[in-house]
Amino acid sequence: MPAVSKGDGMRGLAVFISDIRNCKSKEAEIKRINKELANIRSKFKGDKALDGYSKKKYVCKLLFIFLLGHDIDFGHMEAVNLLSSNKYTEKQIGYLFISVLVNSNSELIRLINNAIKNDLSSRNPTFMCLALHCIANVGSREMAEAFASEIPRILVAGDTMDSVKQSAALCLLRLYKTSPDLVLMGEWTSRVVHLLNDQHMGVVTAAISLITCLSQKNPDEFKTCVSLAVSRLSRIVSSASTDLQDYTYYFVPAPWLSCKLLRLLQCYPPPEDGAVKGRLVECLETILNKAQEPPKSKKVQHSNAKNAILFEAISLIIHYDSEPNLLVRACNQLGQFLQHRETNLRYLALESMCTLASSEFSHEAVKTHIETVINALKTERDVSVRQRAADLLYAMCDRSNAKQIVAEMLSYLETADYSIREEMVLKVAILAEKYAVDYSWYVDTILNLIRIAGDYVSEEVWYRVIQIVINRDDVQGYAAKTVFEALQAPACHENMVKVGGYILGEFGNLIAGDPRSSPLVQFNLLHSKFHLCSVPTRALLLSAYIKFINLFPETKATIQEVLRCDSQIRNSDVELQQRAVEYLKLSSIASTDVLATVLEEMPPFPERESSILAKLKKKKGPGAVSVTELEDSKREGGELNGGGDRGPDTSAMSASNAVSRHSVTSNLSYVFQSTPSPSADLLGIRSSAPAGTAPASAGNLLVDVFSEAGPAAPSAAVNDDGFLSSAPPSEDPAPPLSEADELLNKFVCKNNGVLFENQLLQIGIKSEYRQNLGRMYLFYGNKTSVQFASFTTSVSCPGELQSHILSLNVQTKQVEPLVEGGAQIQQVLNIECLTDFSDAPLLNIKFRYGGALQNLTLKLPVTINKFFQPTEMSSHDFFQRWKQLSQPQQEAQKIFKANHSMDTEVLKAKLLGLGTALLDNVDPNPENYVCAGVIQTKGQQVGCLLRLEPNAQAQMYRLTLRCSKDSVSRRLCELLAEQF
Amino acid sequence: MQFMLLFSRQGKLRLQKWYVPLSDKERKKISRDLVQTILARKPKMCSFLEWRDLKIVYKRYASLYFCCAVEDQDNELITLEIIHRYVELLDKYFGSVCELDIIFNFEKAYFILDEFLLGGEAQETSKKNVLKAIEQADLLQEVSSFAVDRFSAH
Repeated sequence: MPAVSKGDGMRGLAVFISDIRNCKSKEAEIKRINKELANIRSKFKGDKALDGYSKKKYVCKLLFIFLLGHDIDFGHMEAVNLLSSNKYTEKQIGYLFISVLVNSNSELIRLINNAIKNDLSSRNPTFMCLALHCIANVGSREMAEAFASEIPRILVAGDTMDSVKQSAALCLLRLYKTSPDLVLMGEWTSRVVHLLNDQHMGVVTAAISLITCLSQKNPDEFKTCVSLAVSRLSRIVSSASTDLQDYTYYFVPAPWLSCKLLRLLQCYPPPEDGAVKGRLVECLETILNKAQEPPKSKKVQHSNAKNAILFEAISLIIHYDSEPNLLVRACNQLGQFLQHRETNLRYLALESMCTLASSEFSHEAVKTHIETVINALKTERDVSVRQRAADLLYAMCDRSNAKQIVAEMLSYLETADYSIREEMVLKVAILAEKYAVDYSWYVDTILNLIRIAGDYVSEEVWYRVIQIVINRDDVQGYAAKTVFEALQAPACHENMVKVGGYILGEFGNLIAGDPRSSPLVQFNLLHSKFHLCSVPTRALLLSAYIKFINLFPETKATIQEVLRCDSQIRNSDVELQQRAVEYLKLSSIASTDVLATVLEEMPPFPERESSILAKLKKKKGPGAVSVTELEDSKREGGELNGGGDRGPDTSAMSASNAVSRHSVTSNLSYVFQSTPSPSADLLGIRSSAPAGTAPASAGNLLVDVFSEAGPAAPSAAVNDDGFLSSAPPSEDPAPPLSEADELLNKFVCKNNGVLFENQLLQIGIKSEYRQNLGRMYLFYGNKTSVQFASFTTSVSCPGELQSHILSLNVQTKQVEPLVEGGAQIQQVLNIECLTDFSDAPLLNIKFRYGGALQNLTLKLPVTINKFFQPTEMSSHDFFQRWKQLSQPQQEAQKIFKANHSMDTEVLKAKLLGLGTALLDNVDPNPENYVCAGVIQTKGQQVGCLLRLEPNAQAQMYRLTLRCSKDSVSRRLCELLAEQF
Repeated sequence: MQFMLLFSRQGKLRLQKWYVPLSDKERKKISRDLVQTILARKPKMCSFLEWRDLKIVYKRYASLYFCCAVEDQDNELITLEIIHRYVELLDKYFGSVCELDIIFNFEKAYFILDEFLLGGEAQETSKKNVLKAIEQADLLQEVSSFAVDRFSAH
């Protein structure tokens, strides 16, 4: 079928294309194009009316020019004119132009929509298909508004031609992805689901994409599709290769449809109906059996189609995670592929095995392939395959094989591609920590990491090793010895100097007994690196030196001399100069006792999730690290740190008690702060807190280094976001949910719990408050198996607050835009209460789930009582103050019916949860409750007294509040009336 | 599927089909980056790669690269066969297709693709049915152009 004879070839177009191809230079091409554009413009503007053929030819030329990458700003009207032509060929070119060069001119859109409407109602299937293709290709909101209600009707109408049904199904899918709110299936749902039973395989193939997308969104409404899909699949799987005629592809019956059916089933849990489930398991077994049969053709298309179904079946088996027999069979099958000669299959087998490794049923089976995978890491020629092998090693790692895997990854690192080194470093660091049985092995591994790939060792990794060494006293001596040895190398990485400086400064005394590592030797070794280091490292070393003066008084003179020399004390860098001056002065005027207190060993760090893991999640997207893995690491992290019983509060407390000590603590932490790399932003978390709150935050600064709220790489995130989101998330935030107040009320007397949950998303909260500051951790869990895209959150303070005075200052960082299925991400909010307030801040969450924008607004449970400090006082004091607050507006009172249990213990717990002190022996009536507290805002303190009088018979309460500020009395009264 | 690109060994884009709304600028940037990435790969390498948050599936046929970007949950192997089926359709229609056919009849390449894939999903996987739809359209063209000729002859 030679193409030229087909239809009416456009000679002018062919000549023009030849001309362009003959152009010797870019300039010549542009010149030729400009000439053509001028010509077309004059034709379009000319007096002579153009016939349809010429119009089509010129529109086609414009399209060609546009596709070459040039801008086209005219011709739309002529293209629209072609739409109403009676000639198919002209109409077709018109539609093509419109689909490729979408225009937002509203007059044009009106004309286009009119033409489409005419074609849709023409009852000519070819015209109808053209119009549907155009809608699907453009997929704009305007088109959805115009046609979303019409297309479902076309799709299910009994007299619609099959080809039109196919186009209608996919057209609807596209509109649903762009404007889910406009596509309402409602009454059509059941008829759409039954398209799975359609006689025409093409209709089923097209419809199933639509049904899958709708099922992801509304699983309950579409759940009848499960049994239909199973029986369809069963018929295909058991059919002979010739039964399906042209839907058989290289001897494989309906591979596209089979894959789609298996994908649809992954939107649901295993079928509950025993018969359906039995049939499905049979299908899966048949698919696995077929993989073992000899191929019916040597063509790669045959094996690709067959294996596409096999991989999709394995995905379903993994999704169900309930059939140990199938899981193990899947694993064995993939094991065979690991050594297949086709690179594609090896790649996919490694990838698929990664998910199998996380199932308890198949984890052991996956582990048996360790040698093959290590070999792949060493010998694969394609870096993307090696990357998959590294991922799989990471996934299959457990206590039994950790040493081997870490050793292999370390040795691979020496030659690894630059593009994957950083990720490899993070993985090694995580595995070493997670499976460390003895900590000397852990320390060795991390130091090796720095030695082999120092440039790729991020701050998080070396912060972490220090954190662990400080928390484990059994490894400190070993760490000091090893790091001392590592520093002997003539050229060692700056990260090694950082770790060395920090560890010797803390624990150098543990190896000072050996004359080969006497204090002076240690100092000279460190100082020999000093001049080659960057400013932040030098600052750290200066802190190590002052610590040396405390540890080893005999080094005092030498170190003072170093500090005193011009290059330190007059250093042009302010930070270094200040340290030199301060440390010199400190060492000369402070007594030994004072020095010993100020420069005491660092206190253990509170337990935190490893920031390295958080970083890896960022790099790979949250799906890369499973939720269980995170939990594991938390648990094991606790073990490692050895300080698990020590909450953040205790450490903050001890820091603020030892005022003199924390001045050095904060100074040391400043070492990190002045690091100019982007990771230094880790510390930015507290930047919202005013400097005046230093006593509380100084101890926390170091804690923050290890907290998980690292910065997202801003530029990359923006790109990815823009690329993935199917429309810019410019929609206004939704109004707060109707139940937002109710949800808020649940958190008045508690700080942790689940704030919100629906079918897609769960939001958990943990919060802590101190004085007028608060920190809230929000955990967003994706409950589905599908990725959330363009995930963004924003916090705003509603009307009253915004208009004149800002009462709450809420700061946060944007979260990663992708939340993988089953993954959880975390966001930290720092809250500062500036003045008292009544409206809670609003949290808006937007994301795309299966293309549909989800937009949800909740009230953040930040209520004024969170900033209470309990105040204990005697009965006498209480009544004295009660009388002082006797102005009528200072009091708020409410009598209300009990909504919850009136049990004494429950009431006490709630009142304590409120944040006030519960005062005994104050009220003459022992049935009553009396509380006192001070609300801390930045500007002022508001004293509050509370009295709650239960009446058990009447099931009523009387609540009275007296506060030094009347708005606070009113707000507390409102809030509390909902609590009892 | 999010988009499909056809480009030559010299990096010239021959066909581009976008199934997600993107600005012109973004499209150009994506095509440029991706064409570079793929052309830099060696022949024996695997046909899949991770690129940004997408999976790229590509295959070279003579002087042309066919490249699809699919989402994370999509099946790589079946995407590879989508490419192959499209090549078969072009081949059957043009009669052993070559790059020049696609350059000079670019509009036909788009029409065939629209019959096969719509909105990024398979609409009709039967080769016969797709070609039948295209041939019917061509027939319509011939009939109508014939009518025009007769009219102008009078």
